[in-house]
Amino acid sequence: MPSITREEVAHLARLARIELTDDELDHLAPQLDQIITLVGQVSQVAADDIPPTSHALPLTNVMRPDENVPCLTPEQALSGAPAAEEQRFRVPRILEED
Amino acid sequence: MADLTRKTAAELAELMTSGQASSVEITQAHLDRIAAVDGAVHAFLHVDTEGALAQAKAVDDKRAAGEQLSPLAGVPLALKDVLTQEGVPTTAGSKILEGWKPPYDSTVVKRLKDAGIVILGKTNMDEFAMGSSTENSAYGTTHNPWDLGRIPGGSGGGSSAAVSAYEAPLAIGTDTGGSIRQPGAFTGTVGVKPTYGGTSRYGLIALASSLDTPGPCARTTLDAALLHEVIAGWDPMDSTSINQDVPPVVEAARNGDVAGLRIGVVKELGGEGYQPGVEARFHEAVELLTKLGAEVVEVSCPHFQYALPAYYLILPSEASSNLAKFDAMRYGLRVGDDGENSAEKVMSLTREAGFGAEVKRRIMLGTHALSSGYYDAYYGQAQKVRTLIARDFAAAYEQVDVLVSPATPTTAFAIGDRIDDPIAMYKNDLCTIPSNLAGNAAASFPCGLADEDGLPVGFHVMAPVMRDDLLYKVGAALESALAEQWGGVLMTKAPELEVTR
Amino acid sequence: MTAEVLEIDDALAQYDPVMGLEVHVELNTKSKMFCGCPTEFGAPPNTQTCPVCLGLPGALPVVNAKAVESAIKIGLALNCEIAEWCRFARKNYFYPDMPKNFQTSQYDEPIAFNGWTEVVVDGETYRIEIERAHMEEDTGKSTHIGGATGRIHGASHSLVDYNRAGIPLIEIVTKTIEVPPAKAAAVARAYVSMLRDLLLSLDVSDVRMDQGSLRCDANVSLKPHGSTALGTRTETKNVNSFRSVERAITYEITRQAAILSSGGKILQETRHWHEDTGITTSGREKSDADDYRYFPEPDLVPVAPSREWVEELRGTLPEAPSVRRARLQQDWGFTDLEMRDVINGNALEPIVATVELGVTPAAAKKWWLGELARSANESGQELDALGVGPAEVAEVQKLVDDGTLNDKLARQVFEGLLAGEGTPAEIIEKRGLALVSDDSALLEAIDRAIAANPDVVEKVNSGKPAAAGALIGAVMKDMRGQADAAKVRQLLNEKLGI
Repeated sequence: MPSITREEVAHLARLARIELTDDELDHLAPQLDQIITLVGQVSQVAADDIPPTSHALPLTNVMRPDENVPCLTPEQALSGAPAAEEQRFRVPRILEED
Repeated sequence: MADLTRKTAAELAELMTSGQASSVEITQAHLDRIAAVDGAVHAFLHVDTEGALAQAKAVDDKRAAGEQLSPLAGVPLALKDVLTQEGVPTTAGSKILEGWKPPYDSTVVKRLKDAGIVILGKTNMDEFAMGSSTENSAYGTTHNPWDLGRIPGGSGGGSSAAVSAYEAPLAIGTDTGGSIRQPGAFTGTVGVKPTYGGTSRYGLIALASSLDTPGPCARTTLDAALLHEVIAGWDPMDSTSINQDVPPVVEAARNGDVAGLRIGVVKELGGEGYQPGVEARFHEAVELLTKLGAEVVEVSCPHFQYALPAYYLILPSEASSNLAKFDAMRYGLRVGDDGENSAEKVMSLTREAGFGAEVKRRIMLGTHALSSGYYDAYYGQAQKVRTLIARDFAAAYEQVDVLVSPATPTTAFAIGDRIDDPIAMYKNDLCTIPSNLAGNAAASFPCGLADEDGLPVGFHVMAPVMRDDLLYKVGAALESALAEQWGGVLMTKAPELEVTR
Repeated sequence: MTAEVLEIDDALAQYDPVMGLEVHVELNTKSKMFCGCPTEFGAPPNTQTCPVCLGLPGALPVVNAKAVESAIKIGLALNCEIAEWCRFARKNYFYPDMPKNFQTSQYDEPIAFNGWTEVVVDGETYRIEIERAHMEEDTGKSTHIGGATGRIHGASHSLVDYNRAGIPLIEIVTKTIEVPPAKAAAVARAYVSMLRDLLLSLDVSDVRMDQGSLRCDANVSLKPHGSTALGTRTETKNVNSFRSVERAITYEITRQAAILSSGGKILQETRHWHEDTGITTSGREKSDADDYRYFPEPDLVPVAPSREWVEELRGTLPEAPSVRRARLQQDWGFTDLEMRDVINGNALEPIVATVELGVTPAAAKKWWLGELARSANESGQELDALGVGPAEVAEVQKLVDDGTLNDKLARQVFEGLLAGEGTPAEIIEKRGLALVSDDSALLEAIDRAIAANPDVVEKVNSGKPAAAGALIGAVMKDMRGQADAAKVRQLLNEKLGI
């Protein structure tokens, strides 16, 4: 029983906004299945009472004062834009209302 | 003038302060070397000839004017193409950023520039640092200078190869699961992963935010330490940056005295799956350190066996989120904008065209691991395993000062050997990954050539959080003892690369 | 296409509305949530951005301390517990105005939680439980080009400005609100209005719904009378004024009631309120696309506000509105009913300001709830948009106090003020409104009145002094109201010998 099906991979691709080809889907599903089996090993460890770690040192309260610093110029900000219009980033028509 | 490209960074600095060579000469010599060999090695994605020579000249002018300069001022360096450098192409080894020129410098680059270090260009890497061989680069793989048919390691194969091919005395890499140390081991050079948070991630194109660490690559321990000192230290632009003094790494590199140092050999990092020649060189190095006065014991870190699965849950999860920003809207590749397709469609088509197979694999994996219903079992559980691994380290460090292991299970494999087997590829990082998960400092130092294939073997040292100096102490001890045996560092045994005219 | 709706009374007769309100507050910090870019409203596009708020590769966030401070103050003012330790989390979804395609927000560890507040509607106090208040960042702004209405439908492309991206937001979420059905929409409106006043008093935001620094999303579901099972809820966005809050909720109640009563099912979705047509339309279906894959933000470290800091901030909070209202009521000597009228008439602040200028509370209330309220209702304006303020009220009342005007004349002066005829002095001059203070003029008028009304004089002389009132009336008419009635009475009585 595979731990991940082709349909599930297709769903993940939609969530991740990647238009995978059928070939890729065929290829990826078994590979991911293998990898998920490998990484699933973490569940073999008893860790119910163990707190998670995300940093080597338990830093807290790293903040900065509410002050302004120089910005990028609009030219710099738009310098990488695939398309720009009226000093704004021009993007293709958006389908979904936010 | 003896070949400037064979000098260490420390030697080059000395030549400049004593007036025997200028930065421009030194930089030009390295640019010439790159032209001569990089066709075969392919360590560089972009060589910034004009920029480098301008930087070099500026340093020479300052020196002539009697200005106070940093120790490494005027020394050339190769920069992994994952750190932003203003106005210079930065690709992260991906097609999706082809041609992108960042409008800002990463903090690492700022510090290099402030120190007067000359940035020769950007080096090749696995796409978005995902890989252990540099074969995942969208711009072709880099070739190991020791054997051009082999991989140099990854993800920072370009940086280590550049140093190994004498294209630069210094390089900067980034280490998330071994991406500095493993290519260091494969290319016979020094590769150091500082304590996580010890070097700034501002301007580092993120792979796994809780693991990524910029670090130095060099041919000698002292050179690596000198570079480490330049780039390390607190950065207010990086909230995960450590606000403490940089450990005394240069001092430690100059003093390789391991008498009384307690060394723990990690039981779980060896045995089955490890190339005999690698283990042989490793054990000899341990012997050598014992002779130098270190006390060696075996130490068990029982949760290290879960490091690989935990890593390949945490990394893809964070990466899947970090790579979401590459959507064709603000920068980078845009595919399919024909006036009909929606923004959503253009995003999907662009990411399909711009990302390579390994990147797609990991994004899928990460998206899955974070999905509702799976979080607790996958990402949540992996973060707990991380704690257990950190506790293994803590327990070990109560008995010993540093831990050691081979840097990799094998020597450099042939190009194409593991590219179709992701899991085999992941296993390259068995030894290096635990340190990334716990965040403590680790490094690989050359310790010999494997008998089977004559290829470099790396000696892996792990030190407690903010004790990066211990790495350099051990490295220096090993290096000078081995130099006695070999008549120089390991690199002196490397085959000469054919020079193209 | 207009949806079928039930009449609101019919709807409320069958169903109980259950509401949840999510209010987003844009903070008035100088810099953004995670970077030092300015936050000025209305700057030219993409002039207030940096690698961090543009989401450039490699950029990293650093938390704005003032934003955390404001978040805590808001939490305290809403009687919340303040977390001892909390983190930011990534909310992952793709949208062109999202620079990173994730929003750095807070998920299961908000900085403030489990609070409450009160609103007063028609004299009744309703307690509203607050689920949480948490910190997050705003998105960029898209302008849709090519469509008919400037909205997404039919647009050929969009232009994105990231100036707003990264501005600190506090999201305040209520627990479900269940109040008497007929009051639901009004309570929701009162809540948003009260929240606005509260946030203004904390000085943490401009809270202008018209500029987007205060936004409200309304969640509405219905359950049949007597049922405990909650219905499917919709979320309505684009609610841009207090009035809209009430109207949108009322509409949703009627729309959902129509569907349910005809046997249909409510679709769980986001809906868009249209102020012009007074309806909501379907937006996005809430589906699996909303798997936000939350995880703790690895680029930031936890926020752990010390208890000392929290108490220090608690000490800076202004008086709670309800406490202040009670104090003012006592100071002013108003009855509960009078105070209720003041609150319902949105006249509290004007009266406070007028009293501060030396006018008695009673007089202030008289004018604000009288002439001025009348005028506001007629012209459909709010009190503070009339162009007549506490200063003018104080000026007119002073003229009454010093005998220049009487009550009736004062009203005419207000008429003139509201019509923009000038200052009180100018209006009195132009319209000739001053009280006549010259006794001889009054005596002449009195003589005329006596001469014209011999029968009344007869009555007075035959022992009915109260009849003199008619003479006073005559004199006042003669004087066109520009006489002090008391003075007239005094002079008249002297004349008549009573």
